[in-house]
Amino acid sequence: MSHIRSHIMVCTGTGCTSSDSPRLISAFEDELKLEGMDQEVRVVKTGCFGLCAMGPIVMVFPEGACYTRVTVDDVHEIVSEHIVKGRIVKRLLHMEGEEGQSVTSLNETQFYKHQLRIALRNCGVINPESIDEYIGVDGYTALERILTEKTPPQEIIDALKKSGLRGRGGAGFPTGNKWQFTYDAVSPDGVKYVCCNADEGDPGAFMDRSVLEGDPFSVIEAMTIAGYAIGSSQGYIYIRAEYPIAVKRLELAIKQAEEYGLLGDDILGSGFSFHLELRLGAGAFVCGEETALMTSIEGHRGEPRPRPPFPAVKGLFGKPTLLNNVETYANITWILNNGWEKFAAIGTEKSKGTKVFALGGKITNTGLVEVPMGTTLRTIIEDIGGGIPNGKKFKAAQTGGPSGGCIPAELIDTPIDYDSLTAIGSMMGSGGLIVMDEDNCMVDIAKFFLEFCVDESCGKCVPCRIGTKRLYDLLCKITDGKGTLEDLDTIEELCHHLKDSALCALGQSAPNPVLSTLKYFRDEYVAHVVEKRCPAGVCRNLTRYIIDPGKCKGCTLCARNCPVNAISGAVKAPHVIDQNKCIHCGLCQTNCRFDAISKS
Amino acid sequence: MPNCKTAVPYRGTPEQEERLRQVIEAHKGQPGATMPVLQAAQEIFGYLPEEVQIMVAEGLDIPLSEIYGVASFYSFFSLNPKGKYQISVCLGTACYVKGAADVLNAVEKKLNIAPGGITTDGLFSLDACRCIGACGLAPVMMINDDVYGRLTAAQVGPILDEYIKKG
Repeated sequence: MSHIRSHIMVCTGTGCTSSDSPRLISAFEDELKLEGMDQEVRVVKTGCFGLCAMGPIVMVFPEGACYTRVTVDDVHEIVSEHIVKGRIVKRLLHMEGEEGQSVTSLNETQFYKHQLRIALRNCGVINPESIDEYIGVDGYTALERILTEKTPPQEIIDALKKSGLRGRGGAGFPTGNKWQFTYDAVSPDGVKYVCCNADEGDPGAFMDRSVLEGDPFSVIEAMTIAGYAIGSSQGYIYIRAEYPIAVKRLELAIKQAEEYGLLGDDILGSGFSFHLELRLGAGAFVCGEETALMTSIEGHRGEPRPRPPFPAVKGLFGKPTLLNNVETYANITWILNNGWEKFAAIGTEKSKGTKVFALGGKITNTGLVEVPMGTTLRTIIEDIGGGIPNGKKFKAAQTGGPSGGCIPAELIDTPIDYDSLTAIGSMMGSGGLIVMDEDNCMVDIAKFFLEFCVDESCGKCVPCRIGTKRLYDLLCKITDGKGTLEDLDTIEELCHHLKDSALCALGQSAPNPVLSTLKYFRDEYVAHVVEKRCPAGVCRNLTRYIIDPGKCKGCTLCARNCPVNAISGAVKAPHVIDQNKCIHCGLCQTNCRFDAISKS
Repeated sequence: MPNCKTAVPYRGTPEQEERLRQVIEAHKGQPGATMPVLQAAQEIFGYLPEEVQIMVAEGLDIPLSEIYGVASFYSFFSLNPKGKYQISVCLGTACYVKGAADVLNAVEKKLNIAPGGITTDGLFSLDACRCIGACGLAPVMMINDDVYGRLTAAQVGPILDEYIKKG
């Protein structure tokens, strides 16, 4: 057996793949061959390291050197300096802070220091296309132990209950209870199903994608255990067709698990059988709702069904069904291997464990982070996220996507867990966390999310189909500068009607972005309505472009570029914008070379 | 309406139809076969014309109305093929005030299609889009990756004739 002295790990998540990591891998392989070292140094494709903003990321072990934004041109230097001569290439190391300190290993960075990786424990550590590497990090020990010791299902379910794990898809229902209900449910013909919700549709959320791309086996193992615990022999993973890499890795993982006898008939000779099938979504946000997801697997339009009956009693094809989210499954083998006590020791009183967030928006370190429940928003944004770029001020954070709400700057010390987020009018959601600065208009953000819900409403129930559209129209009226104060009351009333009467979570939570911005940023709404002014300067119809006569040199560039001839003035004399003609396209400001045009 | 019945005549080949029949055969009788079969069908034909929907309906013994319901529900499925030349006319504000509506009208008249539609020969498909960020060139039309700016309705005919000549 050959001795491998060094590993070059290259991230092949979707983020780094888009920044050309596949070419890096072949460049490394070619370069190593040239040096005659391809037998002693191995290039490993891994899942996401989390620091997507700095991709593509390359880590070299055993030193643990973390190189960021690596290009094909850097490959020769890394191989000839680091691999051949053992000298770390300082120039390419991840830099942090204003002093530009380079950091050798990822664990030293602010980005990682506050993190605790449970669901993401194997992402970036193993090659997601190799079951052997998963087994090498204690993969399948939980399943093996359970099947050989014939652990009573109730014991597994009790462990989950005591761990305090709650559903990571957003609603936060206790996972152990869900398993218990499905275990208790009686199926006349004995058929039950285990499903995995991988239909991650929130704009700005990509945690589930990263888990599936980086560690598909942990989800498959957990689903197999779930099958054993509730008495099911068939599982389905419902995944978006928009995630081609994740789909490919899952297909490969299922195949490998079947070849190893860890999936399929008579697993490990125990007599227990479990089969797993992939079902691809087809671009419908509502299919992330549990009953709509099952309707879709059944081959129909993805419309939700009224609950009760809950899926645990009557789910897929009318049989008792256990449905959990990807991240929830990713926690389960960790709990079973490390003990529920250890898991329950992390987090807050009612929210145990960790949560993965997709950090995005106006923040320095966009990427994937996993923190203990109860970590404050401040830690996530300022320490892990590296703060707001360009010296701007933090204005709000949006959690939970189109179903969540905006958390204002004054609540930045709120601990992030299910209950405190709900208490301030937002929700955990699946884990998208979008940071906004002073240049973002809150009315516009609310409108953006609502437009999304209007597009994605399945149309089955009236409150959602018509209610979201009417709400959207009212918000348009306000951003167009035609709103009245009565409209604000109507909006609030309509929001509450929608919350109370919509059939599924999509409609019930669609008003959240509106209600939370109304609650915390009412003055911005009032500015739009009363003063006909958009304080952030985003809403086009409420923005006025003004030429500063002191700075204007009369070069006529703006007048010549104005698409509606709204700018007039003699050559070398200050120009003026006719506000009645102006369409607020901003072209004059972009073109001005003297910084004489500003928004007010 | 993007999901109205397409004007392009069906051009499926016997080979394509045979492939679809094999897919249907492989999934027949399985619970929830509709989506995987439609996904495969779209891969084979590029879109889901009525003829293909009928084949799926008859093959799986599911009412056509249900197949159509599923095909028109998910944004991934397309009932219309895209043309060889994809035209999008910008209807953003800057273009609109400079006569983009007239340009769009001229395209519609010339090719006899509405936004979302495709010509019977499959050469052109038409979409109206929002701002493409070329306000200085308004009004703007894009054909595949080529941008045509400062357009008048009168220029539309000759530009399209060039593409028709190329075929």
